[in-house]
Order: sequence, then C-alpha cells, then structure tokens
Amino acid sequence: MINEIISMNGHGAYVWSAFSFTLISFTALYFVTKLQLSKEQKKFAFKFGSLNSEKAKAARTQNINREILSNTSNI
Amino acid sequence: MFKSFEPNKIFAITSKAPKYVLFLFIVVLTIGLTEALVLSPEDYKQSDAVRIMYVHVPAAWISLGIFSSLALLSVGSFVFKNKNFALIAKSLAPSGFVFNIIALVTGSIWGKPTWGTWWAWDARITSMLILALFYGMYLLAWRIYEDKEQVIKVTSLIAILGVVNIPIIKFSVDWWNTLHQPASIDILSTDIAIHTSMLIPLGIMTVAFSLFSLLIFLMKYNTELIKIKNKGLDRL
Repeated sequence: MINEIISMNGHGAYVWSAFSFTLISFTALYFVTKLQLSKEQKKFAFKFGSLNSEKAKAARTQNINREILSNTSNI
Repeated sequence: MFKSFEPNKIFAITSKAPKYVLFLFIVVLTIGLTEALVLSPEDYKQSDAVRIMYVHVPAAWISLGIFSSLALLSVGSFVFKNKNFALIAKSLAPSGFVFNIIALVTGSIWGKPTWGTWWAWDARITSMLILALFYGMYLLAWRIYEDKEQVIKVTSLIAILGVVNIPIIKFSVDWWNTLHQPASIDILSTDIAIHTSMLIPLGIMTVAFSLFSLLIFLMKYNTELIKIKNKGLDRL
C-alpha cells in the first residue's frame, strides 16, 4: 500500500514533486508574510514606547492602536 | 456606502481572524491531500499522473480569480475614490502571484508524463506566463513608486490592462488548437466532464487553497494597516 502510494504507478516523481513544490511555496509565503507582519508590529511597539506620556495617551484613544499593541504582546 | 470599509473598524476583525483561518486551512488541506493522494481513483489514460490536477487546477483558478479582483478593486478605487480598495488589492496580489507560479510549475511537471514535454509555447500556457508577468509588474510597481497617488494609478493601470488577458486564458483552448486540454469544468454552464470521485477532491483542494489565500490576504492587510499607523505615530 505504502509502496503503491510512493511509486504512483511510475509517476511518483512527478506527482510528489508537484505536491512538494506547492506545499513548500505555501510554507515560504506564510513565513515571509508572518515575518513582515511581526516586523511592523515590533516597529509600532518601539515607536509607541518612545512617545511621551501625553502623546501615548492621545494614541491610546484609537481602538486600532490598542489592538496592534495587544497583538504585539503575543509575538 | 463604504463606511463599513474603514480600516479602523476592519482591523478589530482582521487581526483576530488569521488564527481561525489557519486552523480551518490545515483541517481542510489534510482532508484534501488524503482524498487527492490516496482515496481518489487513478485515470484510465493518465494513470496516477492525474493527481497533479488537484494542485494545478485550484492554483490556476485562484490566480485568475485574484487578478480579476485586482482589476475590479482598481476600478473601484477610481470610481469611489476609496484608497482602501487599493490596499485590499495590494494585500491580495502576493498570494495570486504564488498561485500563478504554482499553476505554471505543476502544469510543466504534469506536461512531461502526459505530453512528453515540460513546456510548449501554446496559447493557454503562454497566456498564463503573461499573467505571471502582469502579477510581477503589479508587485514591483508597489515597491518602486514612493508617491501614494502615483503608485495607485500605475498599479490600477497594470491590473486593468492585465485583466484583458483573463478571457484569453479562459477561451484559449477553444479559440486555438492547443496542446492543453479543453476545460473539464465550465463555470459558465453546468457542463461537467469529470467524475464525482475526482470532482470531490478537486472541490476540497479548491476550498483549502481559497482558505490559504484568505489567510495570506488577512496577514498582508494587517501589515499594511500597521504600516499606516506607524506613519501616524511619526506625525504625532
């Protein structure tokens, strides 16, 4: 059974390389996108941390800023 | 009309959604791979090489669908003067490009055992390659141009020009004598020349690929929104 799945009637090299290429592309795109996202989140947290208390208070009034900060703490 | 498209309101949803979409994608992909590689039957002519269809066809469908969406969103950003349309299009493009490359590479791999060649300059394959070039130009334009107004104009132009290629890809197998087989599933009619035992795994894999595309879109969209907010902090 396992041998049949691997050999695919002599087409194993084609079938497995097509599926492997697809899954490798998915994994690469996922991790590149995730890396870009966490880079921007870290940049945001750093910039937010360097604001003085008055500016930080003003920035915190926006829901989206609070959301970004709460997500950044999960990285 | 498009007030609900305000990024501030959307972020509350898009920032939480990826983990659920990722979970659903892994579940559907696992079922799809089991169906495609183990449970579905081999073809009487192509034998097990037919299994390549389960990654090749959904990838091609989604890359065409995403490029059509890019063109629609580009027109939308002009008509409704809403920059969020351009942001959505920018976030959709990377997964569309990767799906296009997957369709080309897996098509090439499938071509060897069925046609005896890795590549042929026939209408379907060449028009898919042209689509990849349009995707490449679209993504490159976002990197090259700094001015926001200019980049939206250039990328919209690329998307609108490129969408002319979509019907050419779709009907190339009917208009010209190509090596590529005609469509087995015609979404414009109820004509389906494929058995249910193959149609089900194909459907599951299409759902899995769509979920992956949604996942990448959400992550890219969140990245773009945070980039805007980063600039906002600079202005404080």
